[in-house]
Amino acid sequence: MSARAADDRSTEVVLPHHTSGTRAFGWWGMLGLIATEATLFGALISSYFYLRFTSGSVVWPPGDIPKPSLTLPLIMTAILWSSSIPVHLADSGIKKGKQGRLKVGLLLGFILGATFLAIQIAVEYPETLHEFSPSTNVYGSLFYGLTGLHGAHVAVGLLFSLWTQVRAWRGHFDERRHVTVQNFAMYWHFVDAVWAGVLFTIYLSPHF
Amino acid sequence: MSWGDPFIIFAGVVLPAVILIGVFIVALRDMSDLSERGRTADITLEVVSHDWWWEIRYPNGAISANEIHIPTGEPVRMKLLSADVIHSFWVPQLQGKIDHVTGRENYLWLEADEPGRYRGQCAEFCGLQHAKMAFYVVAEEPDVFEEWMGGEAEDAATAPVDGGEVFLNSTCAGCHAIRGTEATATVGPDLTHLGDRETLFSGIIPNDRDNLERVITDPQSIKPGVAMPPTDLTDDELAVLLDYLEGLD
Amino acid sequence: MATLAARLGVIWAERPGLASWLTTVDHKKIGLKYIYTSFVFMILGGIESLLIRTQLIDANLEIVQPEFFNQLFSMHGITMMFLFAMPMLSGFGNYFVPLMIGTRDMAFPRLNSFGYWLFVAGGIFFYSSFLVGAAPNDGWFNYLPLASEQFSPGLNIDFYCLGLILLGISSTGGAINFIVTILKMRAPGMSLNRVPIFVWGELAMAISIVFAFPTLTLAVTMLELDRKFGFHFFEPGGGGDPVLWQHLFWFFGHPEVYIVALPAFGIASAIIPTMARRPMIGYTYIVLAEMAIALIGFGVWVHHMFADGLPGLTLSFFSASSMMVVIPTGVQVFAWLATLVTGKPILRTSGLFVLGFIFIFVIGGLSGPMLGLVPFDQQVHDTYFVVAHLHYVLVGGSMFPIFGAFYHWFPKMTGRMMSETLGKTSFWLMFIGFNVAFFPQHILGLLGMPRRIYTYEAGLGWEVGNLISSIGAFVLALGVLFTVIAFVRSQRSGAPAGNDPWDGETLEWASTSPPPAYNFAAIPTIRSKEPMWDQPELHEQEQKPALGLELAEGHQVLITSVLDAKPQAIAHMPHATPWPFALTMALLVLAYAILLDAWLLAGVGAVGTLVGLAGWFWPSGETQET
Repeated sequence: MSARAADDRSTEVVLPHHTSGTRAFGWWGMLGLIATEATLFGALISSYFYLRFTSGSVVWPPGDIPKPSLTLPLIMTAILWSSSIPVHLADSGIKKGKQGRLKVGLLLGFILGATFLAIQIAVEYPETLHEFSPSTNVYGSLFYGLTGLHGAHVAVGLLFSLWTQVRAWRGHFDERRHVTVQNFAMYWHFVDAVWAGVLFTIYLSPHF
Repeated sequence: MSWGDPFIIFAGVVLPAVILIGVFIVALRDMSDLSERGRTADITLEVVSHDWWWEIRYPNGAISANEIHIPTGEPVRMKLLSADVIHSFWVPQLQGKIDHVTGRENYLWLEADEPGRYRGQCAEFCGLQHAKMAFYVVAEEPDVFEEWMGGEAEDAATAPVDGGEVFLNSTCAGCHAIRGTEATATVGPDLTHLGDRETLFSGIIPNDRDNLERVITDPQSIKPGVAMPPTDLTDDELAVLLDYLEGLD
Repeated sequence: MATLAARLGVIWAERPGLASWLTTVDHKKIGLKYIYTSFVFMILGGIESLLIRTQLIDANLEIVQPEFFNQLFSMHGITMMFLFAMPMLSGFGNYFVPLMIGTRDMAFPRLNSFGYWLFVAGGIFFYSSFLVGAAPNDGWFNYLPLASEQFSPGLNIDFYCLGLILLGISSTGGAINFIVTILKMRAPGMSLNRVPIFVWGELAMAISIVFAFPTLTLAVTMLELDRKFGFHFFEPGGGGDPVLWQHLFWFFGHPEVYIVALPAFGIASAIIPTMARRPMIGYTYIVLAEMAIALIGFGVWVHHMFADGLPGLTLSFFSASSMMVVIPTGVQVFAWLATLVTGKPILRTSGLFVLGFIFIFVIGGLSGPMLGLVPFDQQVHDTYFVVAHLHYVLVGGSMFPIFGAFYHWFPKMTGRMMSETLGKTSFWLMFIGFNVAFFPQHILGLLGMPRRIYTYEAGLGWEVGNLISSIGAFVLALGVLFTVIAFVRSQRSGAPAGNDPWDGETLEWASTSPPPAYNFAAIPTIRSKEPMWDQPELHEQEQKPALGLELAEGHQVLITSVLDAKPQAIAHMPHATPWPFALTMALLVLAYAILLDAWLLAGVGAVGTLVGLAGWFWPSGETQET
């Protein structure tokens, strides 16, 4: 649908009713949300390094806690980052009206993201909780605080994905109407990007 | 308005910039002077802040509370620690303030040119009785100071009989130390030389018999919420206790 | 045009009554709700301050007990910053930004409603703490370790943390709304260099909120984790650091004072050209200055921490940056003065409040850089000198412009003029009362009186200054009362305002007083930054709809480009809906549940939150178009 001029004296103006990308309010809204959440993570990561370098403790992690292993986090990284591919394909697909690519892409992204979260909760945390908890010392608080905050954002992303998939299956999206898919993809890629910060801070930096 | 833009630039940017850079440079010079002087101190006193009193430890092992003695004419370094929350050490006539930050050691130096009593007060909100956490810095000629510090390090002069026994047998000894007796608790201020102080209860009331009695029997009426409970004593017990405490020079 | 207006009236109408009050998404109604509600909180904050000043009127008084006093000064700060100044300025922004930029609503009307309800919920949450005698009592800045579970085992600090999380969500949502509205909804032709300065002020505020509030949210979340689950972020025994709290809080806290000042500067910039009857001199400088203040304001926070024992290099850097931020702040004053001096100013009540703002704020702007110099600050930090400074810049810089806005804009919002006599009386009582209340406090600080003390010893020389200050506070309160009376009177018997009582230059004066729900029947095409002065067709509402688009087939608004406001698309706005209110209720349940460690109830609140979000975002009506 588009609007026609009320009077015919001026040149007819045709403006679209459906927008996406930087023309859409929703895109800017999601950008604002990403800006504020990125600042949240930035502040927590800064707190990590502040506490590490002002702790006076030469050893990090302090208090007999072993340095974090890299195997599991690297596997988790591969799973999480690869989930951005089907999400991207879903987003670019619906811009061309490809419903199948939309649905499959969202579903694959969901499965990979859920796998990441399941590994974190059911495999990683039980292992680390053997060694230390959030109340053991500040390292524990930071470890679970930062990975937990990221995990919470993944969980929200999974809910967002389910929501988008339900609407996709009900046929709400097409080549003109897909702001929600776009916003979901932006959010999901953001969560993946934040993981780079978490990976570096929590898992890599103690080894330096 | 052709003069509008240049006016705004000159009055709003150039002139303030010149003034601000000027005062900033002066301040930098002062900061440098202040930190330089602090580096040449011979004596360091350790001040541990508590809710709502001050503990002072002297280089010769003397431990005291709420009144700090320093020699005149030389910088004295204060090492600032906290036993609980953040407090702030501020004696306006002698120095700016630095906070006692829990988990850190901060440093401050004092230098009094003239002998005198200089009032200080906690300057960081620390809870219920932040308003009543004062202290005094007593600056004395160096030889007077040395003598005082030597005396402060000694155990209590009077043997703990009569009033001293009351002290040891009631709740007093549960929190307060009097060096040379069996009272060694460090929850509250060290009272070994209590008689020597001009104020009580962290600098807020004069040290006289009536006030001392009030502090012992009804501390909550002076400083509600403070950790010290009222002490239940007979009139006789109270009388001899007060005699004893007044004698702790 | 009449039929277009009539059609739009039907399209944009909301059902009257309680239902509308709970469900409205109309930016003007929401704006008024923000203004009235925040005014009530201002009164509460004022009562708190009068109790404080009564207790301190003389030495050794026992009118107020120490615990209650500590709750009073803490809640006074929290109320004035979070429950008065921010929402009041958001309220004026909500009402006037869409009008000034020539559109029909904010970009996210439901988010707007949600922001208001969450603000109310946060205020109720905070004030309910008084009912259980556990109001926050560690100051608005809430330092550790005092705020830890060990030293504050009661609910006070939990009320603080959870309340600020609620308010933070409200403010952040509102900020994003302002940013998108201002960038994407301006009428065709309103390029960035034609945007009213008030709108720029709201934009600067909104951008600051987006980047400042996350550190506060993080800090209070970390504190709640420390308190409830034994984390050690701020606890030295476990390797944490209480100074980290200060860094996180003040990284938010300093931009926060610019958040409550920048829109107020914008109000001054809205009133001054109208009052001076000439365009603002130095428009570009003022806009650049506002943005510079917002930016540099993020780089000065350690000046609140000069007594912490930090390294000299750190202190020097932040002292220098604090000097820097003075310059853009001052630039605006000269632009305003130049405009007033070269114009033909008419002095009405709104103008008096603007002049009072300039006078008081400039004094605060002198004590500020004094505090930015470390040696001086280390003497007066945490004394009444700082209390004096902060009230000069906040009451001067935020409250006086807000009162100016009342007199300038109430005629537009209510359709009734306010009494100039009562207004001028109010101004003089407030101006004199304020200076009598706060100028002596500079001296009290220099005489050694610390802050946040519930009483003081006799004989230190503090009695006279405190007596004068307390008297001034009551005079200031009386002045505020006169504005309340003026408002009530105006509603009963004020003269009809008409569209444009002041011959204003910006678009809000093109509409009726109050404007219809749809703001403008015909969206104007803008050719000037003083459209009402340069575009005569706007006066009789005779403009042709921009691009010939009636935008009358639903709740339709124009989407335009960021730089030049070129039309790009048409957006369909949502209608009144109860979901923002419902979501707020779920979050309030969640907050109380966490407060009380009622984890089952928290689960209910969490589920309710998800249900609220689902109800909100499920497309219906016009939002099916997106």
